[in-house]
Amino acid sequence: MEMYRSHVLVCAGAGCISSACKAVQSALQENIDQYGLAKEVKVVETGCMGPCDLGPVVMIFPDGVFYRKLKPEDAAEIVSEHLLKGKVVTRLLHRQPGDPDQVTSFDQLDFFKRQTRIALRNTGIINPESVEEYIARDGYRALGKVLSQMTPQQVVDTIKGSGLRGRGGAGFPTGLKWELTARAAGNPKYVVCNADEGDPGAFMDRSILEGDPHSVLEAMAICGYAIGSSKGYIYVRAEYPLAVERLETAISKAREYGLMGENIFGTGFNFDVEIRVGAGAFVCGEETALLASIEGKRGEPRPKPPFPAQEGLWGKPTVINNVETFANIPPIILNGAEWFASIGTEKSKGTKVFALAGKVNNTGLVEVPMGTTLREIIFEIGGGIPGGKKFKAVQTGGPSGGCIPEEYLDTPVDYESLTKLGTIMGSGGMIIVDEDTCMVDLAKFFLEFVQEESCGKCSPCRIGTKRMLEILNRITSGQGREGDIELLEELSRGIKDSALCGLGQTAPNPVLSTLRYFRHEYEAHIRDKKCPAGACRDLLTYYINPELCRGCGLCAKECPAGAITGDKKKPHVIDAAKCVKCGTCEQKCKFNAIITV
Amino acid sequence: MSNSCSCHAQLTPDHLAEVDRILESYRGQPGSLIQVLHKAQNVIGYLPREVQVKVAEKLDVPLTRVYGVVSFYSLFTTKPKGRHKIHVCAGTACYVRGANQLLNKLEEDLQVKPGDTTEDGKFSVDVVRCLGACGLGPVVTVDDDVYGRVHTGKLADILSKYDKE
Repeated sequence: MEMYRSHVLVCAGAGCISSACKAVQSALQENIDQYGLAKEVKVVETGCMGPCDLGPVVMIFPDGVFYRKLKPEDAAEIVSEHLLKGKVVTRLLHRQPGDPDQVTSFDQLDFFKRQTRIALRNTGIINPESVEEYIARDGYRALGKVLSQMTPQQVVDTIKGSGLRGRGGAGFPTGLKWELTARAAGNPKYVVCNADEGDPGAFMDRSILEGDPHSVLEAMAICGYAIGSSKGYIYVRAEYPLAVERLETAISKAREYGLMGENIFGTGFNFDVEIRVGAGAFVCGEETALLASIEGKRGEPRPKPPFPAQEGLWGKPTVINNVETFANIPPIILNGAEWFASIGTEKSKGTKVFALAGKVNNTGLVEVPMGTTLREIIFEIGGGIPGGKKFKAVQTGGPSGGCIPEEYLDTPVDYESLTKLGTIMGSGGMIIVDEDTCMVDLAKFFLEFVQEESCGKCSPCRIGTKRMLEILNRITSGQGREGDIELLEELSRGIKDSALCGLGQTAPNPVLSTLRYFRHEYEAHIRDKKCPAGACRDLLTYYINPELCRGCGLCAKECPAGAITGDKKKPHVIDAAKCVKCGTCEQKCKFNAIITV
Repeated sequence: MSNSCSCHAQLTPDHLAEVDRILESYRGQPGSLIQVLHKAQNVIGYLPREVQVKVAEKLDVPLTRVYGVVSFYSLFTTKPKGRHKIHVCAGTACYVRGANQLLNKLEEDLQVKPGDTTEDGKFSVDVVRCLGACGLGPVVTVDDDVYGRVHTGKLADILSKYDKE
């Protein structure tokens, strides 16, 4: 086996790929070859390291030096200085706000040092296409332990004892789900992994599948042993082609090594996994809809009970767990239920992966113990709000969730606390919005989403959300009427009580939660015909601040409606009658002289 | 020749032969309908009626069910797409960072609404629900290329890269 003195880890998560990390990687390899270091230094392509905003990012081990925002032309310096002479290239290090000294090692950065990585233990550290690297980090040891030393009941008891709850959103106890399926009558039984990560703003499952696919496969096999199943399916969104590719590679490697297929580890246990690719339907994240889709049908949900544990795929008992839930299983088996249960809060054990996005400095993926406060996640790990803007709210749970305003930032995050605040944990997307976001408009965005994604099977969801959306459109375009808020509340209650599946029942949540905390914004739209955030186009008037305008004429040149006039070097004016409110002038003005009221 | 797109979108005997080959490996497996439709659409670019009929016959499922599935899932299309496919992500993170302005700008510049194809068949524009690159919103993809932190001023530059043909 070849030994290397240094490993250069290049993040190839979705974010870094969009920031052209491949060019950086090949430039590094070329320089390493040129300097004759190819036998001493190995370049490894890893899954998502987390800090997407800083991409492309690279970590160099054994020292753990973290370089960010790299360009291909930086490669020569990294190789000639760092890898050859052992000198850290300080200009490429990450500078933390308020921190004059640049830290060199990744584990000194706030973004990393406050995290506890269980589900993401290998993501960003190993080459996801190498089963050897997974095995080197204790991979498949949990499966070995289960098959050689534990009975299926002991496995179920361990998962139950750990307190692990479903990471897909609803938080159902995983061990109990396994037990119910194990006891259910019917054969064969199935293990299904829900990788239809549809919540806009959530990308934790994608990162695990792309960065550590074997952890999910191993956990599915463990589940298969526990419930008495030899067949698993992973249902992946078609929007994640790289995840599908990495899973295919992982499955064929696992088969080749005898970690999947017939007679695993010579114990007589058989287990194999098949991939099913979705076709763009959000509702398929709902478990009964997902099962219908695996069967090749329209992804329409059906009433429960019977639950999938009794009647699932092809009418047989089925466990459905989310990607992140599965990724937690092998460490629980290896370290024990007590270890896992010692992390987190009383009712929510372990860690949770969150995807930070929207108006926050460090967008990316973080994993923290349950019970961490929102403030720690958003401000200490996430680095706060960019551009000196004011934090307004954090949206969790996607279209089924709600938003949390500033006064609750010190809430420790777990399933119960978020429910109490009128939102849900959901799959872990956290969208941070600042003062420029209109909460009525945000609620409208989610309702539009649900409207489009409603499968149409039940009328409360199909028609009810349509009526709600019409009211919101009215409000945001300045046509709101007295009584609209009450009507929205009434419709919301009706839909919650009568929709068929989780998608419909939770569809009014974004409206209810913004009404709970930002009712005044609704009222301003309806009564004063004003959008306090300055986001709703129909309620805006653009005008030029004469004190800031230098008369450069750029706005007049760019205005598509010819609404701006003025003499050179004199303040310009906008003709409100001609203005089409496209916002081009605001974007082009270099002096921030264009104001909306 | 503004209708040059039709030659690109035409269903050729080669296409049908390829679809036959795909169907052969799935014969009599009605559960694989979605996988088969994916593969057929990869070959032809869309799913015309003829192909749906063929799929229904070979998998032994009613044509209504095939059409039901095709019309249910947003990634399946019965209309030919452009030579270059533009996808604008409209997930929450991209939305709060201005994905809507991008769509408006595309509509203005290309004279095409989301879901449609330009008259010369060069570009089709679609909205997608979250590509999972939320850290870099707003995100636009053209074919397999991903562009992050796109703003209206950057669009023309991006599209000009696809001018070659």
